[in-house]
Amino acid sequence: MSTAVWKEPKPASRALQYVALVGYLLFLGFPLVWMLSTALKGPQEIGTSTTFFPRDPTLGNFGDALQRADLLLSARNSLLVAVATTVLVIVVALPAAYALARFRTRFRALANGWIIVSQVFPVVLIIIPLFLILQQFDLDDRLVGLTIVYVVYSLPFGLWMLQGYVASIPRDVEEAGAIDGAGRLRILRSIVLPLLIPGVVATAMFTLISSWNEFFFALVLIQSPENSTLPLTLARFVGAEGQVQLGALAAGSLIATIPSLIFFSIIQRRLTSGLLSGAVKG
Amino acid sequence: MSTDVKTTTTPPRRGAERPGRPKGTPRRGERREAWFLVLPALVPIALFSVYPLIQGVYLGFTDAEAGLNQTADFVGLENFERLLGNDMFWNSFRIGLVWAFSVTILQFFAGLGLALLLNLDLRLRWLARTLALVPWAMPPVIVAIMWRLMLNPNYGPINGWMDAIGLPGDINWLGSFSTALPAVIVVGVWAGMPQTTITLLAGLQSVDATLHEAAAVDGASTWQRFRHITMPSLKPVIVAITSLDFIWNFNSFGLVYVLTAGGPGGKTMLPMLFAYNEAFRYGNFGYAAAMGDVMVVLIVVLLLFYLRSRFRKEA
Repeated sequence: MSTAVWKEPKPASRALQYVALVGYLLFLGFPLVWMLSTALKGPQEIGTSTTFFPRDPTLGNFGDALQRADLLLSARNSLLVAVATTVLVIVVALPAAYALARFRTRFRALANGWIIVSQVFPVVLIIIPLFLILQQFDLDDRLVGLTIVYVVYSLPFGLWMLQGYVASIPRDVEEAGAIDGAGRLRILRSIVLPLLIPGVVATAMFTLISSWNEFFFALVLIQSPENSTLPLTLARFVGAEGQVQLGALAAGSLIATIPSLIFFSIIQRRLTSGLLSGAVKG
Repeated sequence: MSTDVKTTTTPPRRGAERPGRPKGTPRRGERREAWFLVLPALVPIALFSVYPLIQGVYLGFTDAEAGLNQTADFVGLENFERLLGNDMFWNSFRIGLVWAFSVTILQFFAGLGLALLLNLDLRLRWLARTLALVPWAMPPVIVAIMWRLMLNPNYGPINGWMDAIGLPGDINWLGSFSTALPAVIVVGVWAGMPQTTITLLAGLQSVDATLHEAAAVDGASTWQRFRHITMPSLKPVIVAITSLDFIWNFNSFGLVYVLTAGGPGGKTMLPMLFAYNEAFRYGNFGYAAAMGDVMVVLIVVLLLFYLRSRFRKEA
């Protein structure tokens, strides 16, 4: 690894490196800490001072946030949509990813090309016709419609990730199974699938996080408050916030971030390596 | 597209259950099998993604409007002619370019610096690595809310620090004409750090260490090694991540929508926000789609120039 070369730098440059690192830590970390500190302050304290440590830490804001019916309902909606999206994406993408990785067809080039194309085109171009289509089937302003959209938009990337994981399983493993007389389906079920589980988990978590976080499609497709997802409700809350409400807003935001952070910490290492394997083998 | 997919695959033969086939046999069954496995993914993508995209591009040439029983008539280039005279749109375009270039460039340098640090044996590296990834997991809406707390004129710590060092501590960062765009750009850099840093770090770790050692033995300084070994081997990664960052930034929406909603006075009105308002606030679907078309053309042209210049230098 290239770190070996720099093992013994001059003390002065090492000091500079630490100064830079601390600078990054502050830039990246302070806003998060400030949000936490705000969430722990009572309304009067937010109104009167801007000290870093809450003088009188309170969990009242979290209580307030959790008691808001609209936040709870939106959290439920977000969770429903995210879980449904994830399950559907995995079920649909797993066989397709296997085919993409194992059979040399034009699909792979096509799938990769589509991922790039779908990044270049601004979503506003896609959302207008999509909105009209969903309206025709009476699926706009409904969680089902939102789920369909999320599934379709998570699929290309999910395919790409899974395909990388499949490609990393040596073909020999399957061929050995075939020689032992196992049928194709048995090979898939009892040899390939177990090896794929980590990749499937990573892809699932990634899909879960992106659906949980998504904002634009939800903003366009969902109008009624009872079908709102969490980002929508929080964004609406922003317009109406007063100085006094900041604590509750921070608490609600923290609560909404926690699921993503938990899932993310589970896959952190695997995700980066998975993305790379997809990139190398794709 | 979806129709010929169906015709080629209608006979779902039981190829999927045949035992392992010896090598060298005709691959017909295999191909059919592949179609069969890919189809459940392909049909929804074609129906809800490829088709709307094509339709969306086409809508830019129509007078489509919101409303259930509206018909869209082909009007040729009329929308684009109207766009030419729309100063507000071009202004938003200019803001979008300033935003996308600034964020992408700052992100690149900040990400490269952090990646270099993370590639060293420093204490607290784990913390920096984790923090660098956190923005990735956060919903853009919440990133925006968090930075609104940071930049709040009365309550925000940034004004507090300004005050402490004797500078004016009552700046309305997101609300005044001169500071709104720079403030939003800083938030954009924060939000986009993870992808850039991690990609560059991965690139750094795949740089051949023996090259570094050989150069060090030959007496090359750290800077020389960085300049002549690290940078050239990083080049493909740099081109890829800066291109992607630019596309993502130019097309970004949620962050700025929640931070400023395009204000004050349109100073942070990114093209996506402009087109969104046009489509879903005023209902001019055709006109908004035409804006989207212009955005695509611009991105593609810029990318072509960028990629061509990069690869020509290499040759």
